[in-house]
Amino acid sequence: MYQPPAGSGIHPREAYQHHSEVCSGVLVESLRKAKIDMGSVDIIAYAGGPGLGPCLRVGAVVARSLAAYYHKPIIAANHAIGHIELACMLTRATNPIVLLVSGGHTAILAFSSGRWRFFGETLDITIGQLLDQFGRAAGYASPSGSTIERYARHSKNYLPLPYTLKGNDPSFSGILTSSKRLLSEGKSMDAICFSIQETAFSNLCEVTERALAFTEIDEVLLTGGVAANNRLQEMLTEMCRSRGSSFKVIPKQFSGDCGAQIAWVGLLSYLHGMRLDIRESIIRQSWRLDQVDIPWRH
Amino acid sequence: METLIRKGAEADIYKVRWNGRIAVKKIRMPKAYRLPRLDEELRKRRTIHEATLISAAKLAGVDSPLLYFLDLSEKSIYMELFDGPRIKDIINDADLSSTKIFEVIGRSIGLLHQENIIHGDLTTSNFILIGDGRVGLIDFGLSFRSNRLEDKAVDLHLVMQTLESAHTSVAERMFTDLIDGYRRICGADMMRPIQSIMRQVERRGRYARSV
Repeated sequence: MYQPPAGSGIHPREAYQHHSEVCSGVLVESLRKAKIDMGSVDIIAYAGGPGLGPCLRVGAVVARSLAAYYHKPIIAANHAIGHIELACMLTRATNPIVLLVSGGHTAILAFSSGRWRFFGETLDITIGQLLDQFGRAAGYASPSGSTIERYARHSKNYLPLPYTLKGNDPSFSGILTSSKRLLSEGKSMDAICFSIQETAFSNLCEVTERALAFTEIDEVLLTGGVAANNRLQEMLTEMCRSRGSSFKVIPKQFSGDCGAQIAWVGLLSYLHGMRLDIRESIIRQSWRLDQVDIPWRH
Repeated sequence: METLIRKGAEADIYKVRWNGRIAVKKIRMPKAYRLPRLDEELRKRRTIHEATLISAAKLAGVDSPLLYFLDLSEKSIYMELFDGPRIKDIINDADLSSTKIFEVIGRSIGLLHQENIIHGDLTTSNFILIGDGRVGLIDFGLSFRSNRLEDKAVDLHLVMQTLESAHTSVAERMFTDLIDGYRRICGADMMRPIQSIMRQVERRGRYARSV
């Protein structure tokens, strides 16, 4: 996995170089682990977006080359839909309110009229950006979620941070600014991390509960990289318990970005009649998940 | 006499008798998932806000409930009962789609914004049909005062978001009516910059920009 140096974020060029260097090795290793060869592969799926252009392009070039060389059909998968659909499959969630929390997304979603729809969404930065950018300011490597969770466990000292919610939309930029200021004032890292988690996760629980009350759905599915956070899981478990709703969470090894997400969406799409001409197998840095038709759900 | 009408996301709503009249009691219950200190602060702040702004909205000419009583120790508000269906539940009914109910809602929001009151929670479950083509606005728990166009635009953006996610098929028509009503109150000179900011707010959604 590409790992930016401590204190800095993903550099698109560095990430792209890393992807091109490791792609063939990853492919060989995956085939070896699955104990198959290219002959038993039926469909080539690639992440068509959203994401960083240079990185997406590496995947698309590899996918096109494989599809052309082996004469396999090619499918573009939306990476956010991958987070949702893989989680549904692994947890057997049927019609959940989805809380998608990662570096690229912070959204509360419900399925309606053929697509996943935004019930609520961050108005500024994502929860992953909040955790990573604070971690970076404190000199830690990204992603910093697990570091912050570790520090938070050592404190019960709550320092007030802005709790901002506009209707169904959370906001986190105020928490970032304030927690950076607390850091420069020399407040303890334990207390700041604890306060960030308590404030931001309460906010996420509240918007999720609002979605449950509004839609009268009684199932919550947590997915995305930040889904691995134990405190967030604990709070959502309690919220769902109090409402009599069921709570499901994607297994930790699949919570971050992974090939299984792309493969699963590619398979679902293909089985439901979607086809893509290889000449149109482009990437889209901005490919919002509510633009994707979902023919396999009703 | 206390009958639970609804368990909302943040409060329980009861129909009660208060000093001889039928009233609504809205009580914000503690949330066990939240740190007690944060929980207490949020429930107190929102109860005070709601009571203050519900009255301010009434002065602005909006059909908001009449405030009867505030009990800060249990974070509850007693207010007038709006006895009617939520727009959320009847939005697809035929007789509703023939009337311009969202124009009425648009006017109410316009009246609020003219007085620099931002509702903060304009979902279709907070619009109550109270007869004679009147629509009551409830739930001022996330309301605040602001004269910034940005805040007004976000307020309207929330209506659009709710319509699109929950009432997809009628969303566009209803929102057009709403903007018509709003424009009638606030005027086209106010409407134009707000609509332009609304488009910016939409583009702030993740991966909504065309790159």
